[in-house]
Amino acid sequence: MQKPRKTINRRSFLAGMGAAAAGLSFAPRGVFAAEEPKLNFYNWDTYIGETTLDDFRAASGIEVKMDLFADNDELFAKLKGGNPGYDLIVPTNDYVERMIVAEMLEPLDHAMIPNFANVDGPFRDALYDPGRKHSMPYMWGSIGIGYRKSAVDGVPDSWKWLYDSDRYSGKIALLADSGTVVQMGLKYLGHPLNTTDPDLIKQVEEMIIRQKGHIKTFAEDNGQDLLAAGDVDLTMEWNGDILQVMLEDDDIGYAVPKEGGLLWEDCLCIPTGAQHPDNAHAFINYILDADAGALIADYIQYATPNAAAKAKMEESYTANPAIFPPAEVTAVSETAIYQGEDFQRLIDETWTRIQAA
Amino acid sequence: MDHWRRHPLVFWLLGLPPACWLLFFFLVPLSLIWLFSFGEKQGLVAIEISWTLANYIRSADPLYLQIFLKSFWFAGLTTLICLVVAFPIAITITFAREKWRPLLLLLVILPFWTNLLIRTYALIAVLRTKGYLNYGLEYLWDWAHAALGLLGFDGTAVLGDRFTALPLLYNNFAVVFGLVYVHLPFMVLPLYAALDRMDRSYLEASLDLGASQMRTFRSIMVPLALPGIVSGIIITFIPALGSFLTPDLLGGTDSQMIANVIERQFKSANDWPFGSALSFILMYITFFALAVRALMARRRGGEGGL
Repeated sequence: MQKPRKTINRRSFLAGMGAAAAGLSFAPRGVFAAEEPKLNFYNWDTYIGETTLDDFRAASGIEVKMDLFADNDELFAKLKGGNPGYDLIVPTNDYVERMIVAEMLEPLDHAMIPNFANVDGPFRDALYDPGRKHSMPYMWGSIGIGYRKSAVDGVPDSWKWLYDSDRYSGKIALLADSGTVVQMGLKYLGHPLNTTDPDLIKQVEEMIIRQKGHIKTFAEDNGQDLLAAGDVDLTMEWNGDILQVMLEDDDIGYAVPKEGGLLWEDCLCIPTGAQHPDNAHAFINYILDADAGALIADYIQYATPNAAAKAKMEESYTANPAIFPPAEVTAVSETAIYQGEDFQRLIDETWTRIQAA
Repeated sequence: MDHWRRHPLVFWLLGLPPACWLLFFFLVPLSLIWLFSFGEKQGLVAIEISWTLANYIRSADPLYLQIFLKSFWFAGLTTLICLVVAFPIAITITFAREKWRPLLLLLVILPFWTNLLIRTYALIAVLRTKGYLNYGLEYLWDWAHAALGLLGFDGTAVLGDRFTALPLLYNNFAVVFGLVYVHLPFMVLPLYAALDRMDRSYLEASLDLGASQMRTFRSIMVPLALPGIVSGIIITFIPALGSFLTPDLLGGTDSQMIANVIERQFKSANDWPFGSALSFILMYITFFALAVRALMARRRGGEGGL
C-alpha cells in the first residue's frame, strides 16, 4: 500500500479526470479511484462491442486488458486454483451457481451499478443467484436446432428429429456437451430439464445409444460449421452460433423445439481476489448503460437483458427468432441449475458410456 | 576431454539450472498429480489426499478398460501405418543426393511449424463431405461418366446416376488417418537417423554376395536400423495413445479415446483425482514400454553384436 499523499500524482489525476468525464456514475466509493486505472477482463471470443473497450477507456481512463476463454470449463479450471489476476469474468448461469458455492465470486455492490435499473424485469432476479448478489446479466440465449431449409421438411420443431428418428440418418450432429445432450433428451421425453432421477437419465442414455447410428458426430461447439459446410443438415447448437452462419447462408434456419429447450444467461461477475474491483464495478455499470449496451448487442447479435438498450435496437434484431425465441417456446424452456458433484459424475459416466457403446 | 570430476564446480554450475528446472516444472507438478490420484473430492474445489485407491479401482471398470483397449488399438494401428509409410521416406532421404537431403528433411519437419489445431482443421477441410478430396473424386467421376458415354457404354449403369461423397470424416478412419498424419515425422526422423549412421559397405557386401534387394533390406537394413525402429515406435505410439484433439475433431460418435475421458475429468466432470489416476495409468504403461526398450537394448549389447 502506498502512503497517503497530499499531492495528486499524475496517475490518480488522470483517473480522477476520467471519472469526472464519465459522469458521477461510479463516484460512491471515494471521488478519486484508489485503484490503478486497469482492468483484467476474461471473456468469450467475439463477445464484446467492437469499440466498447476503447469507449470505456475514453470515458473512464481505465485500460481494459481482455483475455479469452473457450468454454465455462476452461474458465472454471483456470480460476479453481486461485485467481490468476482477473477482475471481471463472464460465466454462464450454472457456472455462476457453482462459483458461488465454491466461494469464487465477490459480492457485488449494487450502489455502484445504478444502471442495473436498465435491466429487464425477468432478469432482475435469478434462481441461480437470488437477489443478484454476485452476478449481473450480460446476454442470454437458447439452444435449439440449426437446420438446412432445403434438406429438411418444414421446420424441425421437435427434438425427435435429433434424438428418436432415422428420418435424417447420418445428417445429424449433437453437441459434445454431456449435460446439455442429456437435458435436451429429458425435454424430449417430457421431463423437466433439471431432472436428477437416475432411471430417467438411463432412459435418455439408451435412447441416444439407439440413435447413435444415425448421428454423424458430437460436434465440439462447431455444429454451425458442419451445417454451413454441408456435413450435416440438422445440428443442436447455441442460437448465436447458428445466427452467424444464417447471416452468410439464407438456406440455414434455427428453431427451438416445441418441447422447449435450454435458456442460458451469461453473467458479469467479479472473481474472488480481483485486484481492481472498483474498476470492474465501473465497467459493469458501463456495459449496462443503454447506448453502450446497444452497441454491444448490435455487434455480437445476442439477446440483451438490458431493456433500455433493446429499446434502441432495430426490428431486424428485436424480431429475429434466432435471437429472441417466440414467447410460447421460451415459456416451456428452462435454465439449468447446478446439481452438485455427484450428479456431475453420473452425467460424465453416462456420456462415457454413450460414446463407448 | 577432461573428466567432469576434475572440475566439480563447473559441473555443478552447469548442472544446477537444468536440475532445478526439472525439479520445479516437471517433478513437482507430476508429484501433485500423483498425489491427486490418491485423493477424494471435497466439494467443488478442494481435494483431500486420503490415500484411497478408489480412483484406480474405478479405472479398472470394464467401461474404462474397453476405452483403454480401443486407444491401444488406435495408437498401435497408427504406429504400424507410420512405420510402413515412413520406412520408404527415410530410405529415400538417406540415399538422396547430399544437397537434397536438408531440403527433404525440412519437408518432413515442416508440419511442425504449424499448430496442431490448425493442421487438424486443414484436414477437416480436405476430408469433409464437400471437402477437397470429395470434390476431386467428383471431378474424376464426372470425367469417367462422360468418357464411358463417349465410348458407347451406359455410364449411369456402371457408376450410378450421381456421385455419392465418401464418408471420410467423423468416423474411426478419420481418427487413424489424422493420427498418422500428425505422427509421421516422429517415425521418419529416428529411422533416418539410424539409416544415416549405417555403414553402406554392409549393403554393398550383401548385394555383391548375391543377395537380392529384398533380402538385403530384410537381413541387413532392418536389423541395422532396429534401434531407430524401436525409438520410432515408442515416440510415435506414446503421443498417439494420449491424443485427444484428433478424436475430438475428426471422430464420430464412437471415437472416444482414453485421453478424451481424462480431459473431461479435468474440465466438465471436474474430477481431478480420477483424471489423475487415469493419467498415471497411461504413464505407467509408458514407463513399461521404455523399460522393455531398455531391456532389449541391453540384451543386444550383451550379445556384443549390433
